[in-house]
Amino acid sequence: MAEPVLALEGVETCYALSQVLFGVSLAIAPGEMVTLMGRNGMGKTTTVRSILGLTAARAGTIRFMQEEIRGLPSYKVAQRGIGLVPEGRQIFPNLTVRENLLATAVKRDGDDWTLAKVYALFPRLAERDGSMGNQLSGGEQQMLAIGRALMTNPRLLILDEATEGLAPLIRAEIWRCLASLKESGLSILVIDKNVGALMKVADRHFLIERGRVVWKGSSRELAAAPDVQHRYLGV
Amino acid sequence: MTGWLSVRNVAIAALLLALLLLPVYVELGGSRFLLTLFTRILILAMASVSLNLILGYGGMMSFGHAAYLGIGGYAVGMLAHEAVFSGFIQWPVALLASALFALVIGALSLRTRGVYFIMITLAFAQMAYYIVAGLARYGGDDGLTIYKRSQFIAPINLSNKIQFYYICLGLLFASIYLVWRIVNSRFGLTIQGARSNDTRMRAIGFPTYRYKLVCFVIAGTMCGLAGALLSNHTDFVSPAMMYWTRSGDLIIMVVLGGMASAFGPLFGAVALLVLEEVLSGITEYWQIILGPLLLLVVLFARGGIDGLLAKVRHRVSHG
Amino acid sequence: MRIPMTLFIEQCLNGIQFGLLLFLLAAGLTLVFGIMDLVNLAHGSLYMMGAYFAATFVAWTGNFIFGVALALGATLLVGMAVEVIAMRRLYGRDHLDHVLGTFGLILFFDELVRLVWGPEGLTLPLPSWLNTSIQILPGVDYSAYKLSIIVVTLAVAIFLYVLVMRTRIGMLIRAGASNREMVGALGVNIKLLYTLVFGLGAALAGLAGLMQAPILTVQVGMGENILILAFVITVIGGIGSIRGALVAAIFVGFIDTLGRAFFPDLLRMAFTKEVAATAAPALSSMLIYLLMAIVLVVKPEGLFSASGK
Repeated sequence: MAEPVLALEGVETCYALSQVLFGVSLAIAPGEMVTLMGRNGMGKTTTVRSILGLTAARAGTIRFMQEEIRGLPSYKVAQRGIGLVPEGRQIFPNLTVRENLLATAVKRDGDDWTLAKVYALFPRLAERDGSMGNQLSGGEQQMLAIGRALMTNPRLLILDEATEGLAPLIRAEIWRCLASLKESGLSILVIDKNVGALMKVADRHFLIERGRVVWKGSSRELAAAPDVQHRYLGV
Repeated sequence: MTGWLSVRNVAIAALLLALLLLPVYVELGGSRFLLTLFTRILILAMASVSLNLILGYGGMMSFGHAAYLGIGGYAVGMLAHEAVFSGFIQWPVALLASALFALVIGALSLRTRGVYFIMITLAFAQMAYYIVAGLARYGGDDGLTIYKRSQFIAPINLSNKIQFYYICLGLLFASIYLVWRIVNSRFGLTIQGARSNDTRMRAIGFPTYRYKLVCFVIAGTMCGLAGALLSNHTDFVSPAMMYWTRSGDLIIMVVLGGMASAFGPLFGAVALLVLEEVLSGITEYWQIILGPLLLLVVLFARGGIDGLLAKVRHRVSHG
Repeated sequence: MRIPMTLFIEQCLNGIQFGLLLFLLAAGLTLVFGIMDLVNLAHGSLYMMGAYFAATFVAWTGNFIFGVALALGATLLVGMAVEVIAMRRLYGRDHLDHVLGTFGLILFFDELVRLVWGPEGLTLPLPSWLNTSIQILPGVDYSAYKLSIIVVTLAVAIFLYVLVMRTRIGMLIRAGASNREMVGALGVNIKLLYTLVFGLGAALAGLAGLMQAPILTVQVGMGENILILAFVITVIGGIGSIRGALVAAIFVGFIDTLGRAFFPDLLRMAFTKEVAATAAPALSSMLIYLLMAIVLVVKPEGLFSASGK
């Protein structure tokens, strides 16, 4: 593989006194869409938080664009080019849609994401331009969270449970949008439970159980191993 | 290392012994000033013990506790001014007035939580301050001199400094005991439960508001008694006794000594007042040292003196 | 009871002026609490520093405007220094820790001021061009200086509104109030934002202090007295809400000023002279706290609690 965009090696993380990650390793090549899947409580969100520096990893290496980022404060990690679409969406309820998108936006160079481009991707958001964050529906909030992360012009987009609690139609729209993002060359890490949909869009998968990666492989390999799916994902 | 002989308990016993024997030491040629200083320490320790009940155990950050010192003190002062010198009238009035004030303030303030609660208790105490400072008849800003201490039946004579010291000591012990009993009763455990998780306590079915209010009134009343003692001790009352920075002093004593511990407030009172004496001997600008010192205690020694002593025991017994 | 119209108008203006001054103080307090969840008792100390700096710099430079500008800058610097040295370690801790820690700062600042400037207060005389009256209505003269206070504080209120509602920094401030972790996760240096917000709060407090300096005496402990009022306003208006602080401040300023001016007369109408004389000053002080008690009974979280909390 070409130099990975993101590479984790033996990452260990604790919450207070209990250890959650016992040596997580994964890698994402440029332009790949990779998933991290597993049942609830297995350490998926903790992995995301460790990458972003929201919960400090106490051992292992985390390299983004060949640079070690473990131990950096979250804003520095984000500034290097990781865009986070967090679990629970977490849009700013007391800001309008437009403000949500502009507040943390970052200009980099050339082919930047702009307000216009985000609205082209999500026409529904354009209609809600002046609405307050807490007036949006779940699906709209999800689109807003994705748009907000895109406005920081990331090299790697991380989505944590981006389709949770959403109606099937909206979910499909989000998968479509992710596919088009992948086509544009963005590297993407997806945490989700919808194995079926993900196998169609993503390139490779990492399955995590009790803080360790227990299986990794391509979509084809995963499709050919229903017992693996059953064992680690309960499907 | 078993419980009874821990460093902490030895320290407590030593302090209590020293307090008991202090007047003897003074009589044998020690400085009279020590007696005055330590009487004051005992009284303020009692006030801190009452604050610890609601702050340390109950988690209610009241920033207006000094108001009760003032209420108790002024009850004695005002009655003395009107030539009512009997302690049998003055002290019950002090207690009743404190209880009533605590009831009203508590009823209103306990409807709020956290920062609001701090600010509101602060504001209400200031209100009391301004009311009292506005009473020209009772000295207003300048305060009121008390020419005759509270009179009880002979042989009790509050003007006898040694007797007064032991009375204060006795009342301090009584208040420590009372708080200890309350805290270890079912009522007290409910209060402590409410401190860690009020919502859950209410979900289980405890009317936490009512419990907290009772606690608040008890604490206020106890502090009112301390106020009556204080005004007797200084033969003087002034609004300054209840200025909000005095409430801050009480909180410092509680935190410095160690919250939610029986003798913590006593350690805190001794530590703070002795420290003040020592520092003011060094420089008249001693608060410049005390201020940052307080910040450091908050940042690094949150458990106070009691906490530090307990840690020593831990380290000793674990080699 | 006859109150001459001119006196009434004058007192109304005094009420507005006092209220706006209190707003400056309360706005800083509520901003810092809303964004950083920090209870800062030493806010009053910054108010005091503003007044002391103003009196000193104006005396040094001999120029009112220049001295006042320097004082504002100095207070801003002191505020940011305090944030970096002390406040940073208090973020995320229990509110009691904030109360105790900042209380320690009050002791420190009070004593520092006494050390540097002595226990006697200072005065700040007004320059002649401000020390006049202006006729605002036929027959009604009002102090030019107090009018300028009203103008300046209104301008600051508008500036705050524009800053918080229409600029990117304002968006970040509001976003940070509802979810500071997320703001950091999206690439914003929260620490720097905090320092700036705290500095802004300090500047507001300092401005209030230096504007008040010519009217009151500049003395140790002036911060503590007015801090209480700022707290009451914050409680009434709702913590975190600048709009609430404005409404509550003007209301409180009004009630306090008019109350002190006319309440004694009201009492005298109803009661005997002695009773009124004894009770009036005490009761006038009480009015604000009564107002706060009423608000508490009706709406415990304040009139305009900040959204998203």
